[in-house]
Amino acid sequence: MAETDPLLVSLQPLVAQLNADYARAIDDDRLEDWPEFFAEQCLYSITSTDNQRQGYPGGLMYADSKGMLQDRVAALREANIYERQSYRHLVGLPALLGETDGVVRAETPFLVVRIMRDGRMDLFATGRYLDAIVEEAGALRFRERIVVCDSSRIDTLLALPL
Amino acid sequence: MSTTESQHTWPGDTLTRVPYWVYQDEANYRAELRRIFEGPVWSYVCLESDVERPGEFRTTFVGEMPVIVVRAEDGSICAFENRCAHRGALIALDDRGKARSFQCIYHAWTYDLRGNLTGIAFEKGSHGRGGMPASFCKEEHGPRKLRTTTLHGLVFASLSPQAPPIAEYLGQEILGRIERVLHRPVRVLGRFVQVLPNNWKLYFENVKDTYHASLLHAFFGTFRITRLTQGGGVIVSPDGGHHASYTIDRADDRVSTAYREQGIRSEHQNYRLADPSLLDCVDEYGDGIKLQILTVFPNFVLQQIENCLAVRQILPKGPESMELHWTYFGFTDDTPEMHRRRLKQLNLVGPAGYVSMEDGCVGGFVQRGAATAADELSVVNMGGESAESQDTRATEASVRGFWKAYRRYMGV
Repeated sequence: MAETDPLLVSLQPLVAQLNADYARAIDDDRLEDWPEFFAEQCLYSITSTDNQRQGYPGGLMYADSKGMLQDRVAALREANIYERQSYRHLVGLPALLGETDGVVRAETPFLVVRIMRDGRMDLFATGRYLDAIVEEAGALRFRERIVVCDSSRIDTLLALPL
Repeated sequence: MSTTESQHTWPGDTLTRVPYWVYQDEANYRAELRRIFEGPVWSYVCLESDVERPGEFRTTFVGEMPVIVVRAEDGSICAFENRCAHRGALIALDDRGKARSFQCIYHAWTYDLRGNLTGIAFEKGSHGRGGMPASFCKEEHGPRKLRTTTLHGLVFASLSPQAPPIAEYLGQEILGRIERVLHRPVRVLGRFVQVLPNNWKLYFENVKDTYHASLLHAFFGTFRITRLTQGGGVIVSPDGGHHASYTIDRADDRVSTAYREQGIRSEHQNYRLADPSLLDCVDEYGDGIKLQILTVFPNFVLQQIENCLAVRQILPKGPESMELHWTYFGFTDDTPEMHRRRLKQLNLVGPAGYVSMEDGCVGGFVQRGAATAADELSVVNMGGESAESQDTRATEASVRGFWKAYRRYMGV
């Protein structure tokens, strides 16, 4: 059982803190900080339960380098057009699934409310983070964060990262 | 001046002025479902590989009509209304699956893979009492059946016996442009649905509108995936309904200052990618065409943007709402490098696409902007008044083509 592994037990609050910091960066519109939660060699992808079940590898966002994450932020700041909006992430407690060679696997449920410029608030996405977490430069970082949305439907557009 | 079933009128015979009520009016929308989507058109319904083996099915829509598409025992593809002949309940509830027959869960009426009613629960009643009248003929009852046709791995369906053969429906030029992209067996990479707050026609026009692409989508313009100063053109089918637009990379655009001089937002001199591998594109078709966007009236889009391939299905959901069903794909024989390239380039399209997320909101901007302007007119004059093919993309010829076809089908 994962919960009885002393290493995982000790890491659990640290992973919860990592998730909390990650969510605050996005929700506070500090998108420039967002790539810093990832390791230099990383994979970030947004998919859905159904796509995952079908074995489809494509993502709504797909980055296999920290540079691609920075490019996503730059595009949002400089190129893309979308109405002003923000997220409120509610991130559940991470379940630590195991550790191999310094890589910790975790699964964490999330819920995201999107707040539009006119004040409209909608439940925008729910899902799970499937993470591979490593320690890099003295901090925990995501080597892999696969965002598995429960639904494959997106209202209007997906601008900000989940 | 002519009228639809709505209270509104068209502004004469021009294709260059479109009244905003056409995106708003409920009665007109209902007429569209009947005259266009249930009329003599071919609607895209799924990929042929989605229903590869006998019994495999998909549920989708033609207009707002729920439809089952299924591979029959003899290998043919059948489509029929997803509506029980008894009380009208959905027959199939899943998005996809495999079946030997279909049974409505309400009263267990049964259908074969062709949509024929084959079984009625307690048809002869119980203990000699009740049951259906002896005169009831199963052959005379069933969901409406659609014709199907396949084209390079695509499946189209039509409710009307009047729809011409698909090749004739599309015309040679559009046919050739579909063949160009879909020349090998496809491998699906992902599927997503975008719910858009606008009338379906606003999206279909947007896809045909080559004028906006490099202006709205700064990413397009900045990285010269498409620019109006590059080579390219718009092919409009003779009936106006279908189109293909394309961009050819032309070296002299590198020094063009047209965007800068006009102060266009999409001219970003200092915007660079930290990881340019996203734009590590190869000319896989060997013809220098970086981008080809193709539509088939009334609901289908085939897209090639560099090496990023997708089909999009437009589903109307009321006068001011629609769904856009994305299917990202590559080919079954893609090399690992090409597969990886396509996964990266998927960032360009879809609900979060660098060059398509704006299309998700701009239709809503029109819907909201013109909310109280039912009898005002939008202007579709770029490139003149005709709906003919042109060797420029600074034109709205294919948008006018849409209205030419629309008005013929609608009889207005």
